Amino acid sequence: MQIKPLLDAEIELTDSSRSPGSVVLSSRIRLARNLAASPFPGRANKAQRREVLEHCQGAIAVLPQMEKGSVLEMESLEDVERQVLVERHLISRELSGQREGGGVIVSRDQSCAIMINEEDHLRIQVLRAGYNFKSVWKLIDAIDTGLEDKLDFAFSPDWGYLTACPTNLGTGMRASVMLHLPGLVMASQMEKVIRAVNQLGIAVRGLFGEGTDASGSIFQISNQQTLGESEADIITRLSGVLDTVIEQENNARQKLLENASSKVFDKIGRAFGTLQNGHLLSSAEAMNLLSFIRLGIDYGAIDEGQRRPVDRFFMTCQPGHVQLTEKTEASEARDVARARLLREHFRTLPPLDFDKMANP
Amino acid sequence: MAKPPDCGNCQKPATIHLTQIINNQIKKLDFCEDCPYQKGVTDPEGFSLAELLAHGGPAVPLDSKLACPACGLTSQEFKKTGRLGCAECYDTFRDIIEPMLEGMHKGDTHLGKAPRGMLERVSYRREVERIRRDLAEAVSDERFEDAARFRDALKQLETGPVSKDLPDSSD
Repeated sequence: MQIKPLLDAEIELTDSSRSPGSVVLSSRIRLARNLAASPFPGRANKAQRREVLEHCQGAIAVLPQMEKGSVLEMESLEDVERQVLVERHLISRELSGQREGGGVIVSRDQSCAIMINEEDHLRIQVLRAGYNFKSVWKLIDAIDTGLEDKLDFAFSPDWGYLTACPTNLGTGMRASVMLHLPGLVMASQMEKVIRAVNQLGIAVRGLFGEGTDASGSIFQISNQQTLGESEADIITRLSGVLDTVIEQENNARQKLLENASSKVFDKIGRAFGTLQNGHLLSSAEAMNLLSFIRLGIDYGAIDEGQRRPVDRFFMTCQPGHVQLTEKTEASEARDVARARLLREHFRTLPPLDFDKMANP
Repeated sequence: MAKPPDCGNCQKPATIHLTQIINNQIKKLDFCEDCPYQKGVTDPEGFSLAELLAHGGPAVPLDSKLACPACGLTSQEFKKTGRLGCAECYDTFRDIIEPMLEGMHKGDTHLGKAPRGMLERVSYRREVERIRRDLAEAVSDERFEDAARFRDALKQLETGPVSKDLPDSSD
């Protein structure tokens, strides 16, 4: 089992000193880069892909930012291991499905992952807990510049970094945040928000599932356009939209407390009860329950110290993680194992403090 | 029944009949199944037809013969997958890609980071681009003294040391 060290490690997302916010869970930037002299992975044959993989692995391994990182190749991973990497957002579904010459190098704290031979030769990704584009850009810029010394990137003075798909052309940059938006979901405003944000060239999608009823009320918001603006301008424009969405979410939460407090108390209370006593929990249900617990933390009904365990459960309750740690493939056995995992944790917590919620 | 008209291009029976009205002039064209595709790129009239047929998707000229000399990707394959095969494809399919970028992105010129070795070229290009814009503005505002100054600056830049390294695509 190659990814075992990754499972046990303390990681940026759930263990860093940077605290995730009440609305923004994490910020992420990825850069697409290609080698000038090799066909893009989709067009390359097996030998060419292998060559690119080894060449890039060599260049990445010596980066100071990747010291003591994990070097993984898709061909030598089991299905469940690749699934776990997808659930941790360290690789994409696309890379997970394409074996030959596909690889990833993950930094020790899993804040940085560089995919090789995905749609582009390199997909560099850096992630930080909370709302933090500045430090994310600083780190990814340094990694990219470090690679530039060793790899000859495909670049045109007119069109910037050349990518397999013209939608990534230019900066090759996709900046995104994970937002927890239970207020907007409960107030049935998510559809409106998605429509408005889309019109500004910004994409919204559910993290676990599609559309407006993404389980766990977690959404990813990212820029769509990559050419014709500098990286800084893209981030500024995206941040402007994010600030508005965050404000709307906070307003929605406040209104819910003022106008529908029984409904909100009931959701949080029932979620707590189910997590303490449930014996069969699907992944989607667990996400939804954890989402209400996180809202309870934001409202002050649950101790702030629970934020990190809850954020960790969002990850470890995914099917691949449960399958790997509980060594069971059957879906019902997984639901049993997931419920046990959550029960053992939530049973140790004190009762909810609803008075604190009513007077936040 | 009257014999169907022959294709205006190759005399095979025509199956596509196009009526174009441009500046109040009616023009009727008859094509067989294959010809509009071959005609698409060479004839400006044919090109508008090709765009008409492909409306909705990217306006890819339907020239199946265009292929990238480096990786062999054809324009048909590009149209089908939306993916390019290698860095050189961007030169090969430049005329297809350029109009696609318009609706896709904020602009059609890279304004972001550049690899260090490229910085000189990029900043040169941006400077040229900036002065060209200033020049055009000065001309349209009839500020001819300014325009002359911009023209001289442009001339100086274009004969400067950096420009010698530039590929010919700076037009």
